[in-house]
Amino acid sequence: MNPVIQVTHLTKDFKDVKAVNDLSFSVEAGQVYGFLGQNGAGKSTTIRMLLTLIKQTSGNIEIFGLNLQKHRNEILRQVGAIIERPDLYKYLTALENLRIFAAMSGVKVSEKKLMDQLAMVGLAERAHSKVKTYSQGMKQRLGIATALVHDPKLIILDEPTNGLDPQGIADIRNLILHLSKEMNKTLLISSHLLSEMELIADSMIIIDKGKKVVEGKVNELFDPAETVVELKTTDDSATYEKLQQSNLKKFVQGKRNDCLLLKLHRDEIPAVMKELVQMDIGVLSFYSKHSLEDYFLSLTAHPHVETLKN
Amino acid sequence: MWKLLKIELFKIFKRPRTYIAFGAVAAIVFLFQIGLKFDGKSYLDLILNNVSDSFEVSDDFKSRLLNGYFICFAILNILLIQMPLLVALIAGDAIAGEANMGTLRLSLTKPISRTEYMLVKFMASVIYTLILLLWLAVLALFGSMLIFGTNTLVVFRSEGIEMMNSFDVLWRYVAAFGYAAVALTTVSALAFLLSVFAENSIGPIIATMSIVIVLTILSEFNIPIYDKTVKPYLFTTHMVAWKGFFYVQADADNKTIDGTIQNLPAILRSMGILIAYIIGFVGTAIWIFKRKDILT
Repeated sequence: MNPVIQVTHLTKDFKDVKAVNDLSFSVEAGQVYGFLGQNGAGKSTTIRMLLTLIKQTSGNIEIFGLNLQKHRNEILRQVGAIIERPDLYKYLTALENLRIFAAMSGVKVSEKKLMDQLAMVGLAERAHSKVKTYSQGMKQRLGIATALVHDPKLIILDEPTNGLDPQGIADIRNLILHLSKEMNKTLLISSHLLSEMELIADSMIIIDKGKKVVEGKVNELFDPAETVVELKTTDDSATYEKLQQSNLKKFVQGKRNDCLLLKLHRDEIPAVMKELVQMDIGVLSFYSKHSLEDYFLSLTAHPHVETLKN
Repeated sequence: MWKLLKIELFKIFKRPRTYIAFGAVAAIVFLFQIGLKFDGKSYLDLILNNVSDSFEVSDDFKSRLLNGYFICFAILNILLIQMPLLVALIAGDAIAGEANMGTLRLSLTKPISRTEYMLVKFMASVIYTLILLLWLAVLALFGSMLIFGTNTLVVFRSEGIEMMNSFDVLWRYVAAFGYAAVALTTVSALAFLLSVFAENSIGPIIATMSIVIVLTILSEFNIPIYDKTVKPYLFTTHMVAWKGFFYVQADADNKTIDGTIQNLPAILRSMGILIAYIIGFVGTAIWIFKRKDILT
């Protein structure tokens, strides 16, 4: 099956800054695809290139098997998006906003369908209220309704839970799961709330400084039974060399300035510790990280990861 | 494109600020009309003081002078200088306002080309300008005709006076308002161009007004070297050419020839220059916008 999104060697330079650097990834149909990275990692720039708001310096984007530059309108007719904040016309009502963006998407949507969309995001009762009277959460939900109003196959959401309270986050999470599981939509979602992504994403990519760090299915990248271990020793460089020549080599993810990263199954921890002792390695600390957030931070929080396995 | 244009007009006329210009025009026109209704004689004396050296003014002439056509001409003389500010309020907001609200990025993710988007935005601001002018025409021309009646139109110039029979005036106003529409569209196009560079509408509005004011002052400079080198190329020089519709030809006995215009080619040339400016401003705006990364 052809991927819905196929990004190849995508690069964007802003004067001297390389915001996105030779990025390649693909999103399969029906997936919820998490797009992770720290602030300034290049997520929003990439998303804006996917939506033709920013022109790439080089590289290629194909969506639905079509070249984005050549078939822009044809592609965008089937894409719904929110970029950063769901900014809408505050002096218009929710219904008027929805009507406008439906018309701009090139579809004629009946009043009933518009109301159904608002009902889906829980705003039917406030359909005739001006957006300036809405809370942040309501605006976010209305933003999602505008992204969905033309029934797109692909939905791109940039930080959809920004500024929401816990209930609002849970509502958006349920909506995303509904869109994916019940309506079979493909979703590309960037978020800094990694615990949320853990709950909804099928696959993900982590980027750092515009470059891909890791990409794959969440259950393969992050098996709940697996863990990333931060290992500090008396001599990290010597330990790294020793590990490379031992049967622990398969666990080594990389080396940082201040520690080594090992990725292993929790059941393997005792055996690995025993092996380290037998190798006469002076262990200062052995810290096991469990969540996606820990995994994400272990890959991106420190700038000097030297080697990484995909 | 019609569907998009309807959306733009809907958005413009749903905003309360749109009606500021209509309110301002109405206020100025009404204040002017009320003032002249109660103290028109003093106003006429003031004007006639300046020209009474050149010819004798009879009481009969005075009584015929203060009519709807004359008052409309006086209002246009004042208002068409201020109207660019009102026009810039909308055109300067066209792109910058969307960027400021954050709706620009959402709009540009829709299957509409940027050229189409820009053309629709500009067309909407032109329609707004036309409606504003129509509003001015209704109040200043038809309102004044209703309040003061119609008679011979007398236009005072430094070279002398122009007189037009009442039956020969209305079509001139139609032409003058048509010309004013082109002149104001030029300002609109300038504000629209500046709007592409900004992320809030205050900048383009102020910049447009500053440019119009500076160029208008330059157009009025009485320095001979500028007459052929600078003035002919300033759009502000050509914005006031609507007055040419009220300058009439005279026969050998110095009697006005009905239905004539003194220098139609000059008016058409000025209009051509304004249209060239409009095309230049809008074309540049589209060219820049098509290449612009949307980062707001």
